[in-house]
Amino acid sequence: MNDVIQIWQFAIPIALAAVGEVVSQRSGVLNIGLEGTMLGGAFVAAYVGLTTGQPWLGLTAGIVVGLLASLLQAWFVLVRAADQVVAGTAINLLALGVTGTLFRKAFGESGQLLSVPTLPKFDGLDAVMLATPIIAVLAAASLRRTGWGLLTRASGEYPTAVEAEGFSVRRLRLGAMAIGGALAGAAGAYLSVGIVGSFAENMTQGRGFVAIALVTFGRWHPIAAVGAGFLMGGLEWLQFKLQAQGGGQIPFQLLLALPYLAALAVLVVGAKGTRGPAALGQPLQRDA
Amino acid sequence: MRLLATVAALGLALVLTLLVFGLPVADSLRLLGEGAFGDKFGISRTLAKATPLLLTGLGMVIAWRAGMYNIGGEGQLIVGAIGGAAVAAALMGKVVGPVLNPLILAAAMAAGAMWSGFAGWLQVARGVPAVISTILLNFVAIQLLAWTVQGPLRRSDGGLPQTVPLPADTMLLKFDRQLDLHFGLVIAVVAVLLVTAFLYGTRSGFRLRLVGASPTAARANRIPSERVAIGSMMLSGALCGLAGGVEYTGITGTLGTGFPQGWGFLAIPVALLGGLHPLGVLLSGLYFGALFAGSENLARFSTGGTTLIYVIQAAAVLAVVALAPRAKPAKIKEAAA
Repeated sequence: MNDVIQIWQFAIPIALAAVGEVVSQRSGVLNIGLEGTMLGGAFVAAYVGLTTGQPWLGLTAGIVVGLLASLLQAWFVLVRAADQVVAGTAINLLALGVTGTLFRKAFGESGQLLSVPTLPKFDGLDAVMLATPIIAVLAAASLRRTGWGLLTRASGEYPTAVEAEGFSVRRLRLGAMAIGGALAGAAGAYLSVGIVGSFAENMTQGRGFVAIALVTFGRWHPIAAVGAGFLMGGLEWLQFKLQAQGGGQIPFQLLLALPYLAALAVLVVGAKGTRGPAALGQPLQRDA
Repeated sequence: MRLLATVAALGLALVLTLLVFGLPVADSLRLLGEGAFGDKFGISRTLAKATPLLLTGLGMVIAWRAGMYNIGGEGQLIVGAIGGAAVAAALMGKVVGPVLNPLILAAAMAAGAMWSGFAGWLQVARGVPAVISTILLNFVAIQLLAWTVQGPLRRSDGGLPQTVPLPADTMLLKFDRQLDLHFGLVIAVVAVLLVTAFLYGTRSGFRLRLVGASPTAARANRIPSERVAIGSMMLSGALCGLAGGVEYTGITGTLGTGFPQGWGFLAIPVALLGGLHPLGVLLSGLYFGALFAGSENLARFSTGGTTLIYVIQAAAVLAVVALAPRAKPAKIKEAAA
C-alpha cells in the first residue's frame, strides 16, 4: 500500500504538467517552456512556504507564477506571433537563470539545505494527489463536451474556421495557455512543497520535458496523459527502491537515465501514425 | 537595421537584468568590460570561452535552418567528448600526440553526429519530434558521461572519478603558455567560414535552407527532404561534438562529471541572436564569450555568476523576438529563387 501511495505521489508533478500541456497543445500551442514554468513554480512555492510557514500559500504562489509565465509566453507567441519553440526555450533559460540567481542570493552560493513545511497528509494522501485525477477527468470532459472545448480544439485544428465563425483564436489559445501555465506552476510547486520539502537549483530535472513527451504518447488525451504520468511515477519509485538496495548489477547512472529513456521509448513506440492537432506549433497570422 | 536592433536589444537586456537584480549598473559594466577586455588575460579568456559557443552555435544554425529543432547540443557535445576520450584511452602511448589529437577530434565529431543523427532518424522514420527527443537525449548523455568516467574510462590510479589526463603534446596548440587561448579558436573561425560557404555557396546548402524555409517548395523540386533533415542533424551534431573535443583537448585535458559547462545549451540563444546566420554567430558567440569572461569579475557584487548570464541571454532572446518584424514574407521569395 505504501508503495502505491509513493508511486502516486511521484506521478503528480509530471501528470499535472502533462494535463496542462494537453489543453495547451489542443488549442495549437506547443509549450516547450513547461520545464521552466515548473521550475519557477517550484522555487516560488518553496520560498513562500519557507517564509510564511504555510505550504498552501506556497502552492498558491506557485500557481500564480505559472499563470504569469504563461501570460509572458502568450504575449510573445500570440501577440508577436513568435516561434513557439524559441519563446519556450527562452522561458526555460530565463527560469533557470532567475531561480538560480535568486536562490544563491537568498540562501548562499552552495545553497544550504532548506527545510520547507510540506502539505498536510491524511494516511499518506494529500489534497493535490486526490485532485489530480479529478482535474484530468474535468479537463477531458470539458474538452470533449463543452462549447469551450469544441472551440479550443478547433483553434488547434483549423484556426481560420474558428476566426471565420467570429471567435477569437487568440483568446481561446490564451485561455488554454493560462490553464497549462497554472497546472505547470502547481506541478512544480508540488515538487517542492508536496514531495521534497526543499528546493535545489534546476530541481525539476527535465520533468517538464518528460511531460511533453507523455502528451504525444497519451495522444493528446488528459486521462491518458495522467496514466502515463503514473508510469513515470512508477519508474521514479523503482529508482529509489533499487538505489536503496545498493542497485546490484545495474549501474545507478542507468537508473537515473531511465525516465528519459522510457519517455523516448514510449515515443518511439507510440508516436508513429499519431496525429496531433493540425495547427500545433503554427503561429496565427491574421493579417499576413 | 537588423544588426542595430539586435545590438540595442542586447544592451537593453544586459542593463535591465543588472537593474532587476539590484546590481550597480555602471560599476558592473566596468567590471564586465575589464574582465573581458581589460588585459591580454581578459581577451584570451573571452576568446577561449567564445570558442565552444561558436562551434555549438554553428551546429544549431545548420539544424534550425533545415527546420529541425535541435535542442540537444549539450548532449551531442558531451557524447562527442566521450568519443574523443575513448579514442584517447585506446591510442594513448601508441600514437604520437600531434597525430592523436586530430583523431580525437574526428572521433568527437563522429560521436556527436551519431547522437544527433539518431534523433533526426527518429523524427523522419518514427515521427518522434526532434525538439523532444534531443532534449531527452541530453539527460541520457549526462548519465552516460557519469557512468563512463566512473566506470570504463576512469583513471586507474585511484584519483578523482575522471579520465586519464592527456599528455601535453596531445593537447591543442597554445599561443602563449600563460593564457587559456588555444588553437581551437582557429578551428572555430574556420568552421564559421566553411559553414557560411556551405550554406550560401553550395547546392546542398541551398537545398538545406529550402527544406527549412518551405517544405512544400522543397517537395515540389523533388528534394529528398528526409535525407536533408537527417543530414542536417548529423552535421549539427558533428559541430557540437567537435566543440566537446576542442574543449577536451584545448582546456580540460580530462573528462569528469563537471565537464559540461552548458555550451551546448547556450548555443541556442547564440544561434538565435546571430539571426541563424553563421557570421551572426561569430558576433554573438564573441559577445557571450565576453560576458562569460567578464562575469567572473562580477562575483564581487553577486553570487549569481553564470546563472545571471542565463538571465541576460534569455532576456536578450526575448528582446530580439519582441523587436523582430511580425510577418515573414521572406519564405516565399526564397522558395521562388
